[in-house]
Amino acid sequence: MSNNRRIVPIGPFHPLQEEPEFFKLIVEGEKVVDIEINIGYNHRGHEFISPSLTYDQVPFLVERICGICSNSHPLAFVLAVEDAAHIEVPERAQYLRSVVHELERVHSHLLWLGLAGHFIGYNTVWMWAWRYREPILDLFEIITGNRNHYAMNKIGGVRRDINPGQFPEIEKVLNLAEQKISMLTHAVLDDPVLHARLENVGILPKEKAISYGVLGPTARASGYAIDVRKDDPHCAYDKIDWNMIVLEEGDIFAKAKVRLLECFESIKIIRQCIKQLPEGPIQARVDDIPPGEGCGRTEAPRGEVFHYVRSDGTNKPIRHKVRAPSFMNLPSNEYAVKGYSIADAALCLAAIDPCYCCTERMAAFEDGKEIYNGKQLLELSWQKTEILKSKYRK
Amino acid sequence: MKDLRIQGLKKSPWVFHVAAASCNNCDIEILDLITPRFDVERFGIVLVGSPRHADALLVTGVLNRKSLPRVLRVYEQTPKPCLVIGIGSCTCDIHIFKNSYNVVGPYGKHLPVDVFIPGCPPKPEAMILGIVKALSKL
Repeated sequence: MSNNRRIVPIGPFHPLQEEPEFFKLIVEGEKVVDIEINIGYNHRGHEFISPSLTYDQVPFLVERICGICSNSHPLAFVLAVEDAAHIEVPERAQYLRSVVHELERVHSHLLWLGLAGHFIGYNTVWMWAWRYREPILDLFEIITGNRNHYAMNKIGGVRRDINPGQFPEIEKVLNLAEQKISMLTHAVLDDPVLHARLENVGILPKEKAISYGVLGPTARASGYAIDVRKDDPHCAYDKIDWNMIVLEEGDIFAKAKVRLLECFESIKIIRQCIKQLPEGPIQARVDDIPPGEGCGRTEAPRGEVFHYVRSDGTNKPIRHKVRAPSFMNLPSNEYAVKGYSIADAALCLAAIDPCYCCTERMAAFEDGKEIYNGKQLLELSWQKTEILKSKYRK
Repeated sequence: MKDLRIQGLKKSPWVFHVAAASCNNCDIEILDLITPRFDVERFGIVLVGSPRHADALLVTGVLNRKSLPRVLRVYEQTPKPCLVIGIGSCTCDIHIFKNSYNVVGPYGKHLPVDVFIPGCPPKPEAMILGIVKALSKL
């Protein structure tokens, strides 16, 4: 039946998503039978620039990997450096990090909800969700000084403190946000139109979720309970009472529900952090970073962010590796989109909350010929690991 | 005839959003302009889905090797005269990505940009001011 197949190209500059990326939908009639995703329009070479900057400058660089997770990347980076240098972070800084991290989750989930509404042509949801995202951005401005790109994390602590005079304002915004998100949750979960569009669409069963290795809300909506905040507690998450939201269905409706319910958990965490905020310094003194390596993991709104840093004792990292959650979530589209109509494909592609600027990788070409592909790079990496191992064994 | 075209551009400009290699942040703030708090649709500024319908291009992010030819093609498809508005510090210079192997220089080298709006990201108020300045330049 291959002569019935047609190709629908989408992108790279298209009104569907705000980032440039290219989808090739292979369709039979209205049904999507295959998909190819072509990325690379956003590649800026962060891992290459990072070793040319000092440790204090890198958080500002990794913040600009992605504008939505602009607290997760610096947080994962500073955790990696603190792991390498064995730095004890003051307790107050741990709580402040959690506050900003959870605020980011609320803003990101509301943003996704709005865009999901926009993709199915339901702009009312978009307008409402983004309207109630604004007070959260105001709160960011109060706490960190900027609406986006918060520059809150530094090695050994945080840059800014919250003073008690700001507590009533924070409480006011949290109350407003909780009330409005609850309204929005009821409106979305009871809406027959959204039920009809989102239920039983783009289903990712649990075994597929595990085999693709998906992370974050995408995994939790498929019944795969994985969350770095519970599995490997960092910041103040082990001192606070909160629940992981896990649903079994795996369709887009479940993904929306997981994200909406997580907003309430995040607000709960912020309230407890503000209440339990211990007194003390907000940053530890850091003299130098000894030779060694460290890993930092943190739960971004989309899933686990992983940073690896290797230090040789100078003031610059010699290797900095980033793995963002969308890199793991994106291939699962291959399974989730197949068999649905073109109209649903747009939503299925957006359901994992993709972030292409986090995901971009490179391939090296010379005279039109690929000189390093994925397999060769992997082999190169194994060779390098062997060299390092033999070096350390001596 | 040309005067008439410029007169037509001044009222209710339709914009097309081109994210070259950005970090998403300026892009979100652009979408923020359309939502209720700022609501630029009051002034007739509408985000359109095709460059062929657009009066102005909002460009964000640095240009990289893969996106440069595509951005130039989008610019060619836009009916002239059109405005090009660079949003964010990345468009003004190369910003923090100075040392990257994949970034191909500032916008000024490749596109006739009318207004640069600095900031990382600029506040929505600054973006509105920038668009107003671009229109008053006509």
